[in-house]
Amino acid sequence: MTSLNALVLVCLIYVALLFGVAFAAERAAARGRGGWLRSPVIFTLSLSIYCTAWTFYGAVGNAARSGMEFVTIYLGPSLVLFGWWWILRKLVRIGRAQGVTSIADLISSRFGKSNSLAIFITVFAALQMQSVTLSLSVFAEADPNATTFDKGRVAFWIAFGLAIFTLMFGTRNLNANERQHGIVIAIAVEAVVKLIALLAVGIFVVWGLAGGITEMMSRINTSEIGQWQVDRSRWATLTFLAAAAFLCLPRMFQVMVVENDNDEQLRMASWMFPTYLMLMSLFVVPIAVMGLEQLPDGNPDLFVLTLPLTLGQDSLAVLAFLGGFSSATSMVIVATLALATMVSNHIVMPIWLAAREDGASVSGDVRDVVMTSRRISVGLIIGLGYLYYQFSGGSAALAAMGLISFAGVAQFLPALLGGIFWRGATRLGALSGLAVGFVIWVWTLLLPSFGAGGVLPSEVLVNGPWGISWLRPGAMFGFEGLDRMVHSVWWSLSLNFIVFWSVSIFTFPRPLERLQGAQMVNVFFHHGPAQSWSAGVAETEDLLIMAQRILGADEARLLFRNQAIEQDVPDQLPEPTPAFLQKLERELAASVGAATAHAMVGQITGGAGVSVAELMAVADESAQILEYSNQLEAKSTELTRTARQLRQANSKLTQLSVQKDAFLSQISHELRTPMTSIRAFSEILRDTEGLAAQDQTRYASIIHDETVRLTRLLDDLLDLSVLENGQVTLNHQMANLGDVLDRAVQTVQPGPGAALKITRDTVDEQVTLETDVDRLSQVFINLISNAAKYCNSERPELNISVVQQRDGVALDFIDNGHGIARADRSVIFEKFSRLGDSDGSGAGLGLAICSEIMQRLGGSIQYLPGMEGAAFRVFIPNARALAAQ
Amino acid sequence: MASQREGGVFLEQRSYRRRRMIDGARLLPVIAAWLFMLPLLWPSAGVNTQEPRALSDALAYVFTVWLALTLVSGLFVFLIGNVEPEKDRKDGS
Repeated sequence: MTSLNALVLVCLIYVALLFGVAFAAERAAARGRGGWLRSPVIFTLSLSIYCTAWTFYGAVGNAARSGMEFVTIYLGPSLVLFGWWWILRKLVRIGRAQGVTSIADLISSRFGKSNSLAIFITVFAALQMQSVTLSLSVFAEADPNATTFDKGRVAFWIAFGLAIFTLMFGTRNLNANERQHGIVIAIAVEAVVKLIALLAVGIFVVWGLAGGITEMMSRINTSEIGQWQVDRSRWATLTFLAAAAFLCLPRMFQVMVVENDNDEQLRMASWMFPTYLMLMSLFVVPIAVMGLEQLPDGNPDLFVLTLPLTLGQDSLAVLAFLGGFSSATSMVIVATLALATMVSNHIVMPIWLAAREDGASVSGDVRDVVMTSRRISVGLIIGLGYLYYQFSGGSAALAAMGLISFAGVAQFLPALLGGIFWRGATRLGALSGLAVGFVIWVWTLLLPSFGAGGVLPSEVLVNGPWGISWLRPGAMFGFEGLDRMVHSVWWSLSLNFIVFWSVSIFTFPRPLERLQGAQMVNVFFHHGPAQSWSAGVAETEDLLIMAQRILGADEARLLFRNQAIEQDVPDQLPEPTPAFLQKLERELAASVGAATAHAMVGQITGGAGVSVAELMAVADESAQILEYSNQLEAKSTELTRTARQLRQANSKLTQLSVQKDAFLSQISHELRTPMTSIRAFSEILRDTEGLAAQDQTRYASIIHDETVRLTRLLDDLLDLSVLENGQVTLNHQMANLGDVLDRAVQTVQPGPGAALKITRDTVDEQVTLETDVDRLSQVFINLISNAAKYCNSERPELNISVVQQRDGVALDFIDNGHGIARADRSVIFEKFSRLGDSDGSGAGLGLAICSEIMQRLGGSIQYLPGMEGAAFRVFIPNARALAAQ
Repeated sequence: MASQREGGVFLEQRSYRRRRMIDGARLLPVIAAWLFMLPLLWPSAGVNTQEPRALSDALAYVFTVWLALTLVSGLFVFLIGNVEPEKDRKDGS
């Protein structure tokens, strides 16, 4: 059997190791090599402080007494982590966005930075101190041979060591959002040690003692707890309770929300931590079963320790002891820190601030005050835990004591969840719900736990206070026969919830509450400022002095300088804009808590809260900004539109310029060809003597023909130019369409025997038009002569049909040639476009002129695709077309 | 243009898949609670006349379900992917 001294030696070495690891981590972080300290694995391991001494030792004890029930304590947190997307994700995001320092800070911050609420929760949570006591008692109980005096001494030295460790590594940074690296790494190491310890004992039991899994299973079934036997109400209630406590325990909130650094940590923990819990509970039943078999008279709570010890496995027993030691110490350290932060931020600081009439800006070093109060709180909490242990003796079954505190902190649940999911939750609702839940918890669970005649006389336990039977602690409202835990949790939480809800819907929140509520509930939608200080009231110098005392001189100056650069006034103090005050308050809140920071900034800026008028101003301001941005947006759309139009106009102009150049070169070419032959032949006529009269006549007629062609070209050009410029005067007169067509056909084919056969429908043509007849017949002549010229059929035919339309008359000119190639159709109405016109007889202006004329007459001419030959449709609108009566 | 459209379709599918995985992560705690409460329906010693279940069965059931849920939870986390910081940046800007 290992001697006590050897055990103490091992313990001291282990503690020295932890100190060393913590120092190394602090140093690595200081050198900027602490990135791995933020990894999801370390985060998950730090969550393991959930597995305290009473889960380490007590789970086996619980299993020995009630079979599988112990597992509910682990199932609850697993459920919370499986559902991380619902609650934890939001909680962690709010914690980071608001710089939350503790659960009291979160709830008070949600409900308008209420100090009363924070104090209430802190005092309530301070009852958690008994968990420190509980852990201390484990060390003392661990050695059954030690005398009472020894137990006390061991507990004292352990308490002393814990206080030193917590003070050294836990109160380095004032800013609670900065991670305490030394503590985090120590906790991670301890998490690994306790898991290995429990697994080692379990493996020893299953494979060393029982001889394998099958053997173990049959031994389990034949043991006294070998039948499935659970209290159903307890199974469900404890699972729920564990889940609630996992969210609400101050120490869990500390590692899960306050120390959380990024979402990745949480995402990975959502499956890693349930795995950890599963491994922690895997061997609990085997150890309990073997313990009952081997040590029927032993204390089941200590089977983990005593089982290897009695079987002579000393080193295994030492490992198990270190596992229990680890669970207890890590939990004490974190619980103490969480409590100390709450006490100093929510009790000491407000009192200190209130006690000073001159406020935060004039004298005294706030930084020191906060730090000192936090250190004193740490010492106080551990000291009180030790004293409580000394006086109470701490003999209650471990798990039962733990569950009572679980039920206590679970009272935060309605306010916590209501606060982050329901904007209608109010401060009064939260306060009254908490108060009701707290009173019922004390009455039905805490006081009776001291036993009949302990605090409550047995008379009250049996008959109720003053004989009122429906207020009996064990049977509220006459519900008898329930398990005490189930009864208490059921009534305290349901009444807590109902009161919280009903008071909330009947009270009206203050402006700050509404703003904070909106910001927390909608944390994923916007990160805008929650509340605002009115600008210009605060004095920047005062703010700087105050910030220096809380953040430290260097950090405060850095903050102010950065702000000044942001405001474009480097080398000066920044303006106290609402945004800056907001930022400053959040920085301060990370050190001293939201309520205190709010009060401090409030003292300097002149208003301790936000008035409705200020709120309206903020609302107005944002409405103006919104309107302004809308205007800007409209303007920018307009600009975009104008730019697009300009681009279009520009490309059109460029195109026109290209067209103009092409037109000029075309026209020079067209003019030059006849001119050249005129010049050549006239020179021949002038210089050649003795020219035959026949030749003279021939040359002169060539010159004549060319001149005619030139004139026609110039006429066409002039015509087109007149038409394009809109200078044409239209000579409107009444005419019959048939007559106009007759004239056009006559002009193209003066005599009989023409190659082109024209078919017409003279009945349909009896339409009276009011139009410029000369111009219209010019169009017809052009179309008919084009058909005569270009129709390449063996027996060319042109069909002219008239279609009466609703708003005008359409004439279709369709020949039986090959028509016009698809690619050319788009250019036929352009100037100088000549398709397959190799003889050079046309200038390519005809269709361009037709198109212009029809436009002037209010109609149109277009190519009809899909006909057998070339097909043109001329449309003459109704205003000028009257059906013949 | 065509590649842009293809990219759009791809992203759309991915974000659709991600949303369904988030739905899964949302439903998981409900399923987990249901599975963990299932043993309450078993015949228990001292309550029914039926033969109670053996404790080893209960152990096997609870730990199998636990392990399976852990794996599924890990799977969802993996499939949801770490897209959120980008989304935040978009929201914040």
